[in-house]
Amino acid sequence: MNIDLTAMPATIDLLHVSLGIIALVFFILFLTKGGSKASAPMETQTELPATLAKTEPAAESQPISQLKTANPDAALQLLTLLQQEARFIDFAQEDLLDYSDADIGAAARVVHEGSKKVLKDYFMLAVMRDEQEESRITLPEGFDATTVRLTGNVIGQAPFTGTLVHRGWKVTEVKLPKLAEGHDAHIIAPAEVEL
Amino acid sequence: MSSEDIKNTIRYGVGIDLGTTHCVLSYVELYSDQDPAPIHVLPIPQLTTPGSVEEKNQLPSFMYQAHEAELAESDIALPWDGKPETIIGTIARELGSKTPIRLVSSAKSWLCHGGIDRHASFLPLNSPEEVPKVSPIEATFQYLMHLRNAWDFRFPDTPLVNQEVTITVPASFDPAARDLTAEAAHRVGFKNLILLEEPQAAVYSWLESNSDSWRNQVSIGDIILVVDIGGGTTDLSLVAVTEDAGNLSLNRVAVGDHILLGGDNMDLALAYQINGKLAQEGKNLAPWQILAITQSCRDAKEILLTDPEIHSVPIVIPSRGSKLLGATLRTELSKEEVMASLVDGFFPQVGIHDHPAQQARSALKQMGLPYAQDAAICRHLAAFLCRQQAAANDFLGENQGDFIKPTAILFNGGVLKAPVLAERMMRVINHWLSEAGVDQAKLLAGTDLDLAVAKGAAYYGAVRQGKGVRIRGGIASAYYVGIESAMPAIPGMTPPIQALCVAPFGMEEGSAAKGPNQEFGLVVGEPVRFRFFGSTTRRDDEAGTLLDYWEPEELEELPEIQANLPAEGRKPGEIVPVQLASRVTEVGTLCLEAIPFDGSAKWQVEFDVRAS
Repeated sequence: MNIDLTAMPATIDLLHVSLGIIALVFFILFLTKGGSKASAPMETQTELPATLAKTEPAAESQPISQLKTANPDAALQLLTLLQQEARFIDFAQEDLLDYSDADIGAAARVVHEGSKKVLKDYFMLAVMRDEQEESRITLPEGFDATTVRLTGNVIGQAPFTGTLVHRGWKVTEVKLPKLAEGHDAHIIAPAEVEL
Repeated sequence: MSSEDIKNTIRYGVGIDLGTTHCVLSYVELYSDQDPAPIHVLPIPQLTTPGSVEEKNQLPSFMYQAHEAELAESDIALPWDGKPETIIGTIARELGSKTPIRLVSSAKSWLCHGGIDRHASFLPLNSPEEVPKVSPIEATFQYLMHLRNAWDFRFPDTPLVNQEVTITVPASFDPAARDLTAEAAHRVGFKNLILLEEPQAAVYSWLESNSDSWRNQVSIGDIILVVDIGGGTTDLSLVAVTEDAGNLSLNRVAVGDHILLGGDNMDLALAYQINGKLAQEGKNLAPWQILAITQSCRDAKEILLTDPEIHSVPIVIPSRGSKLLGATLRTELSKEEVMASLVDGFFPQVGIHDHPAQQARSALKQMGLPYAQDAAICRHLAAFLCRQQAAANDFLGENQGDFIKPTAILFNGGVLKAPVLAERMMRVINHWLSEAGVDQAKLLAGTDLDLAVAKGAAYYGAVRQGKGVRIRGGIASAYYVGIESAMPAIPGMTPPIQALCVAPFGMEEGSAAKGPNQEFGLVVGEPVRFRFFGSTTRRDDEAGTLLDYWEPEELEELPEIQANLPAEGRKPGEIVPVQLASRVTEVGTLCLEAIPFDGSAKWQVEFDVRAS
C-alpha cells in the first residue's frame, strides 16, 4: 500500500478528527503560553497559519466548550506589583469612614501614581472604539460581539445604531516579569523588620 | 560554515555604556544588507524584586551583598544561572535603598579616584566588617559579566566575547582608570575590545542619526562643544571640524576635568529643600523618608521641567507600615522652587570669567569620593572654555580673545532632556558668545540623550570597519614624570621638581614615543615611585621635553606611579639605568615602560600603585 503523506484527506474520518483536536489543543496551549514568551522564535510564528488551517474543519464539526481555570500565579503577581508600586492592598483594606477627604486624597495619589506605573510598565492598553463617547455610531452586519456589548433596546437586525457609552479597553500586550521556579507567589508583600 | 566557525566570527558591533548609575548595551550588525544598519538596544533580564525577572534597557550599576538569611536561593535565580553569586541591577538598588550598608554603588567614580588602592576590596564603603567587600574593579567586572550572560542567553550562537566590543569611559578618565576598566573587561574575556570616550560616542550617535544631513549642519571651522551631564558626572569635550582631502573631518581637540556632579545632585538638592520646608512645619524626617522624597523629587522635577502648564506637583511620602491613611506626609514642590534651586543653582547665568573655586589637592587623600564643591555647572564650563582657549589653534588658526568659542553644541545625558535646563545652558553659552561679539552657537539635535552613548559606541564598531567618518584625537593630555633636580641642599627648601614629558598630547592608538636618552636609575627588587603629572593644555611638548617651570594650572598632579623591577638575574639592590618609553595600545590605554639600556627586557610601569 502506498501512503501519500502530502495528499489532502478526501473524507474526515475519526483519525483526522482526533488529529485535528490534538492540533487545536496545542494551538490553544501555544496561545496561552505565547503571551509570556515575547521573543518566540520565528519558526513557530510562520508555522502558525498551517496549524490553524488544519484545525478549522475539525473545530466546526465538533465544537469544544471548555471553561478554563485561570492560573492564580499571574493574578498574585499583579497583586504583588500593585501592592509594591501603589500600596493597593494597604489602601483597599483601610476603613475610609474615619478619615477626612484630605487624608484620603493624599493616599489616593500614592495609589494612583503607582497603579499608573504598573499599567504603563506591564500592559499595553488600547481603546476598543476610537469614536467620541456619547456620539452616535453604527455597527455593521457581522460586527464582533466580543468587542462591543449591546445594551438597552436590543431588537431587530444589524446594522445597529446607538450611543457609544464607553469606549472600552483592550490589552494589546502583557509583559509581566518572569517568576523564578520555586518562588511563592502567594506572598504579596513580606513582613519587613528593620534591624 | 561549521557552528564553531560561526561562533568565532565577528558579527556585531557592540557598544557598552558603563555608566556610574546605569549600564546600557546596544548593537549593530556589521555586515548587514540594510544601509544604514539599525542599532538595537539589548533588553537586559535582571531581578527587580526577589523571585521576579524583568527585561529592562538599563541595568542599574549596583551590587548588593546580601546577608545569608536575607533571600531564599530560589528568589535570586536568573534565566542563565539558577544560583548566581552576585545580586546586580534593579533589585540591588531596591534592596540597597533600605539596607545601604550592603550596597555597592558608584564603582566607576572609585575607579577614577587616585587616592586609594583600587584593587583593594573596600566597597560598600564604611560598612561593618562582616559585610563582604569587593574592589571597584570587581564590581565593574560583575556588571560586565551580567551583560555578557544576558547577551549569550539571547544570542547563544554569537558569544559576546567574540564581537567587536566598544566600552565607553569618561573623556576625563586618567590613564589608571582606563587601565583598570580595560583590566575588568579583559577578565570578562572580550577578544576585540576598544575604549571610547563618552562625549565622542555621543558625537558618533549624532553622526549616525543624521547620516544624510550632518555635513550640512556643520562646516569647516566649526567647533562642537559636547556637554554630557549624566547621573553622577559632567563630561566636556571640544571637537573641531576641518577638511581633509575635500572631506569634512572631525578632531577631538580637548576634554574637561573629571567633575563629579550630575542629575543625582539635583534630586538631592530638591529633597533637602523639601526636608527644610517640612522641618519648618515642625515635621522631622527619618532617613528613609528623605530617600523616598528624593525619588518623588526626581519624578516631580521631570514633570515641572517639561510641562510649562503645571505650576506645582504634590510630593507624597507614604508610611512604611500597612496603615496608609493618616500616616502619609504630603507637601508640594512648586515650579519656582525647582527653578530657583536647579536652574539658578546648577545653571546660573555667570560671566565667562566666573570659575569654580580651585579644589584643594588634599581632597585626594580623603576616603570618600571627591565630589565637585561648586554645583554650578556653568562655572565649570566657563573654566573649561577659558583653559582651552588655544585648543583648536593647530587646526583653525589663532583664536582671539580669552576663551574658545564653540559654534555648535551637542547635549548628552538625561539631565539635559529637560527643555528648561537645555535652554538655560544654551542661553548662558550664547550670552558669552554675544559678549565676545561672535555669532550664536547652534544646537545639534536628533540624538536620544539616554541611549546615545551606547548607540554611538555600537556605531563606532561599524566605523572601525570603514563605514563612516572617524573622529581623530589620540590621548587628550600630555603626561610627565617628576624629577627632583640635582641641586645643593638649602635648609627649609624642598628641591624644585622638573617635569619630563613621557607621552605627548594627541598620541594615537598603536603609536609609541621615546624621548632622548633621559636616564633613570631603578633599584632592582624594590618598587620605585615617580610623581606623575598630566596637562590638557600643553600641546607642543614632545617626548623628552624637560620642564623647569610651569603655571600651576598647566600641570595637574596625578597619583604616583610605580616601577617594580623583578630581581630575576640581577642582584637585589643593584641600580639599573633605564629609559622611559610610552605607547598607546590598540585598546586605547596608555602604557609606560622602563627599558634598560642594555635592551635586555622591559618592565611595565604601574599607574595604580597598590598598597604595600
